[in-house]
Amino acid sequence: MSKIHIEGLHKTYSSSHGPVTALQDVSLSIKQNEFVTLVGPSGCGKSTLLKLIGALIRPSRGKLLFDGAQLLRPTRDVGIVFQEAVLLEWRTVLDNVLLPTEILGLDKGKSRKRAMDLINLVGLAGFERRYPRELSGGMQQRVSLCRALIHNPSVLLMDEPFAALDAMTREELGFELMRIWDTDKKTVVFVTHNITEAILLADRVVAMTPRPGRIARIVDVDLSRPRTIEMEFTEKFKSYSEQIREVIYHGPGASRS
Amino acid sequence: MTAEPSAASLYEDESLEPADSTLKAVLGATVTLIALTLLWEVLVRQFQVPAWLLPSPSLIAQSMVEWRSELVGHSMVTLYETVVGFALAIAISVPLAVAVVYSPFLQNTIYPILLALQSMPKVAIAPLLALWIGFGTLPKIVVVFLVCFFPIIVATATGLAAVPAPLMDLIRSLSASSLQTFVKIRFPTAMPHIFVGLKIAITFAVIGAVIGEFVGSESGLGYLILVSTSQSRTPLAFGALVLLTIMSIVLYYGIALVERIVVPWAPRN
Repeated sequence: MSKIHIEGLHKTYSSSHGPVTALQDVSLSIKQNEFVTLVGPSGCGKSTLLKLIGALIRPSRGKLLFDGAQLLRPTRDVGIVFQEAVLLEWRTVLDNVLLPTEILGLDKGKSRKRAMDLINLVGLAGFERRYPRELSGGMQQRVSLCRALIHNPSVLLMDEPFAALDAMTREELGFELMRIWDTDKKTVVFVTHNITEAILLADRVVAMTPRPGRIARIVDVDLSRPRTIEMEFTEKFKSYSEQIREVIYHGPGASRS
Repeated sequence: MTAEPSAASLYEDESLEPADSTLKAVLGATVTLIALTLLWEVLVRQFQVPAWLLPSPSLIAQSMVEWRSELVGHSMVTLYETVVGFALAIAISVPLAVAVVYSPFLQNTIYPILLALQSMPKVAIAPLLALWIGFGTLPKIVVVFLVCFFPIIVATATGLAAVPAPLMDLIRSLSASSLQTFVKIRFPTAMPHIFVGLKIAITFAVIGAVIGEFVGSESGLGYLILVSTSQSRTPLAFGALVLLTIMSIVLYYGIALVERIVVPWAPRN
């Protein structure tokens, strides 16, 4: 059974110019503990698809199964990271990480212990009493990753989490995310508009195209783990990159080279 | 702070700079104020300006000492009207703003009218209030309430709606209750906005009280200014003006101090 099963999913928004199709006939199955990246230009519906999986919006048509059951409302089995860290400025790093546990009413002692472990895991040991304004953008995003993982969800949804960071921090956090995912396996759906990032992180890359948003091609990434930066320069990596670029720039009708 | 010294030293230096520049600004302003007062003194003496037209600072100080008990008494009246009107405005506009934000019905009915009323010059109602509720302290409190009400309700409503969209998504993904969302997210987010409104309101509050007193009363600093000017006791009018200014400044910085304690994360200017 797949962790997330999507079949014939449509999402239409109403706008002042009439209905806009954000997603058209999307079908995708994501396996347990799979790392899937959604890549494509803006307007391809990748963030819409992520929000649908998080049950933050409802599909107009189609099937969306989570652990085999129809997804009707948000489930606590999901953790979310956004492009902005959106930390609470009045809370310390530790208390920010603990926010979901307070809302879900989880055990305080255990949550605290897990929060400290996560903070250590992302390399923020010693910063747990700091406030968000005292942290760099990269550090803030690490905190928001801890917050997404604190209630130990089996699915992690990430909406361009590193897009607002500089290139070096972005790379660093990508590898860190993979390291964390390696030790604590989760199903990850990761949205990005960066093709290199999409390939480097993923088991499978889902390339999407806009107007209307749909899946143009799914590429299986057959690279060993742990991934390294050097892999970017291999022929295999370049061929993946070309396959994705081709459909993104020339549409799903383009032939495989 | 229990953080490692290496982490701590990263940031502590930065906090020195704003404190240092604040000190410079305060020092600079004080010196300038003293210089201007001296210049005023010298010019008034030099050109022998009559005291009923423009009294010298020393004469003002002298009359303030002379009339101290009257000044204190009238100050207390004005302070009372200001503080009660202001407190009343907080007590009513903050809960009303919460209601407006949570109720689409109020948002589409009462709130637009309130926003439209905001552009009405509230002090112009003062004579009507005197007509309706007489010349006691109550009509002044109502004027203060009216001038404070709008900035506070607008700031609170704006603040409550200022939660970033991704944060709302996060909260929804955790199926948080409305109460949890309000207590943990919305209200703290609104706090810095509310204080912006409070600081605007408190400066309006003193003006409101004085206008109320101008329109018709038997006490308060506004009344004292009116009476002493008509009797050509200009130094006393200036004395009342000095006290009004001090009252305004103290109230404003009082609010700013509370802000620092309650919302230390608010941006400072």
